[in-house]
Amino acid sequence: MKELDFPFDGNEIMRKKLALRKKMLSDGTARLKKKIAVLGGSTTSHVVAALELFLLNFGIEPVFYQSEYNKFFEDALFGSKELDSFSPDIIYIHTTSRNLTMLPDDPAEIPQQAETRLNEQFSVFKQVWESLSQRFSCPIIQNNFELPLCRRTGSYDGWGTAGHAAFINRMNVMLSDYARSRSSFYINDINYLSAVCGLEKWHDPEAWYLYKYAMSTSVIPDLAYSIACIIKSVYGKNHKVIDLDLDNTLWGGVIGDDGQEGIEIGQETPVGQSFAEFQSFIKGYKNFGVLLAVCSKNDKENALLGLEHPFGVLKPQDFVSIKANWLPKDQNIADSANELSLGADSFVFIDDNPAECAIIEGQLPMVKTISFSDVHEAMYKLSRGGYFEVTAVSADDIRRSEMYAANAQRTALQKSFASYEEYLISLEMNAVICGFEPVYIQRITQLTNKSNQFNLTTRRYTENEIRDLSSDSGHICLCGQLSDKFGDNGIVSVVIGRINGSQLDIELWLMSCRVLKRDMELAMLDELVRLARLRGIDRINGYYYKTAKNSMVAELYGSFGFELDNRSENGDSVWHMNIDSYKKKNKVINVKDKEK
Amino acid sequence: MNINEIIPRLNEVFRDVFGDPSISVTPDTTSADIEDWDSIEHINLIGAVESEFGMRFKMREVSGMKNVGEMINIIQERGK
Repeated sequence: MKELDFPFDGNEIMRKKLALRKKMLSDGTARLKKKIAVLGGSTTSHVVAALELFLLNFGIEPVFYQSEYNKFFEDALFGSKELDSFSPDIIYIHTTSRNLTMLPDDPAEIPQQAETRLNEQFSVFKQVWESLSQRFSCPIIQNNFELPLCRRTGSYDGWGTAGHAAFINRMNVMLSDYARSRSSFYINDINYLSAVCGLEKWHDPEAWYLYKYAMSTSVIPDLAYSIACIIKSVYGKNHKVIDLDLDNTLWGGVIGDDGQEGIEIGQETPVGQSFAEFQSFIKGYKNFGVLLAVCSKNDKENALLGLEHPFGVLKPQDFVSIKANWLPKDQNIADSANELSLGADSFVFIDDNPAECAIIEGQLPMVKTISFSDVHEAMYKLSRGGYFEVTAVSADDIRRSEMYAANAQRTALQKSFASYEEYLISLEMNAVICGFEPVYIQRITQLTNKSNQFNLTTRRYTENEIRDLSSDSGHICLCGQLSDKFGDNGIVSVVIGRINGSQLDIELWLMSCRVLKRDMELAMLDELVRLARLRGIDRINGYYYKTAKNSMVAELYGSFGFELDNRSENGDSVWHMNIDSYKKKNKVINVKDKEK
Repeated sequence: MNINEIIPRLNEVFRDVFGDPSISVTPDTTSADIEDWDSIEHINLIGAVESEFGMRFKMREVSGMKNVGEMINIIQERGK
């Protein structure tokens, strides 16, 4: 919904919140339901109201628990019946510098005393997190602290022993250190937010004295948007692709008219410098696993000429898809999405021409568009939009672009083989199939939350649930990694089966679409059957729960040779297979034991 | 600003905030007349009125207004 996309009008959103909420709840979108506990050190009602709107817009339907006013500490340490029975999926701790009780004041204080004070203050929060982790083992989001508006001693406040700003800065470093040492613990950076909104605008003592809001109500939408970005990232709802126009977006000028020597990119001119900075900024996203694509009205050879400019930062091989032709851009984006097996809703499109953006918004409303008058505006909108909010960096994220490029090579190879099997054998595929090893837990969780198409039950799991399952003797858990002569695809398939006497119920079966039609599912089934037999199981039950996106696997169990037990009117189906006479099905992938 | 210019704009604010297109306020309207006008929505209402009329209420005014009439008086004085 446009009103809730960045840049938004926070006042307008709060004024129309009832109407916006009603409109989204009745638009027929299937949303992920999540229980969110908000533990506040100040009033939270507006925060929750705005957070609900942004989450609905991100495809998540929240229900909330709110602690009593300023009872975050009590709720966390001593628990409450309501919170226990609410059993949150995620906890947000809304504290601010108003909750710092040990700020220094005495200029005569010696450094050791200041140190002790800081550690004591930190331990209050640490107790909160550790107690909550023990009680609920779910992701925790914690605000860091905003700087004060008024500094009694001027700049000295930021570095002297008795300075409040100095104390807050050091607390923030301690929070960051803690966050990096934990998984499922995320900082909501209100230190940045208050700076970007402006401390004069952020702080509002009247809102504190009247309603006990720790910041101006006018910035609460900014705060809520930031939290919503973290939550949707945790649940795998980030975008995946930046699709870029070329002329006057990646360089100054028009390559078709000006030629390679005529476009502005690089350190020679101020305009060239700004485009070079933009290209570097975009390239940085690639390092975090974001895919880059080009969508430009140009002849292909001109587009490549521009991208091969000696002073350019981005090169043709940085892009997983380059569409340079004279077709409408919405068609090009749809084609790129198909080729990459991604939904168009994974795309963020950047073009200096607002008319092109308007066409995309009309034809492909699920694509986010960014138009701009100078590239720094595009950088700001791209980053504040939170499309690629990072909550965890897995090894797969870092290598994603290579993997997609290797896929393109595989497609080229496929065309030269007589049979499909011959092609598969030529790929020299190796798989490692094993239990949920600790190093894979993050990736497994990510897959369970973002795989929609090849996913039989579409069950979502948190990192802690996956960790619990990994050592649970009542389940058989498998994850599979697939590599071939073009590269390593990383962990691509996850299967979870629950042992039920002599039967195994398959609660989750998913595979990444990047390895479709490679027989990886057969290798997974072989291994599942082998382990099931070791556990004395003679029958495996499969379930297919139909969603808007998973029709490609409606008949998967049938193709495995399962018998159909029941098919409901809503499209769900139940299957089973007796495994005593099962014969291995995979003939093209070499399955290796886990390398020690 | 005269009251006849203020009331229609104020009505739009009230209708948005309380999600009820049938609301029509008069100087005598109080929080008892509008079902969802509780202390939490009061905060939202104040924020929306402030942004509509480009002004701010003082602390005493926020907690002291007895009816819409008093709100209108303040808007007449300082609103844009």
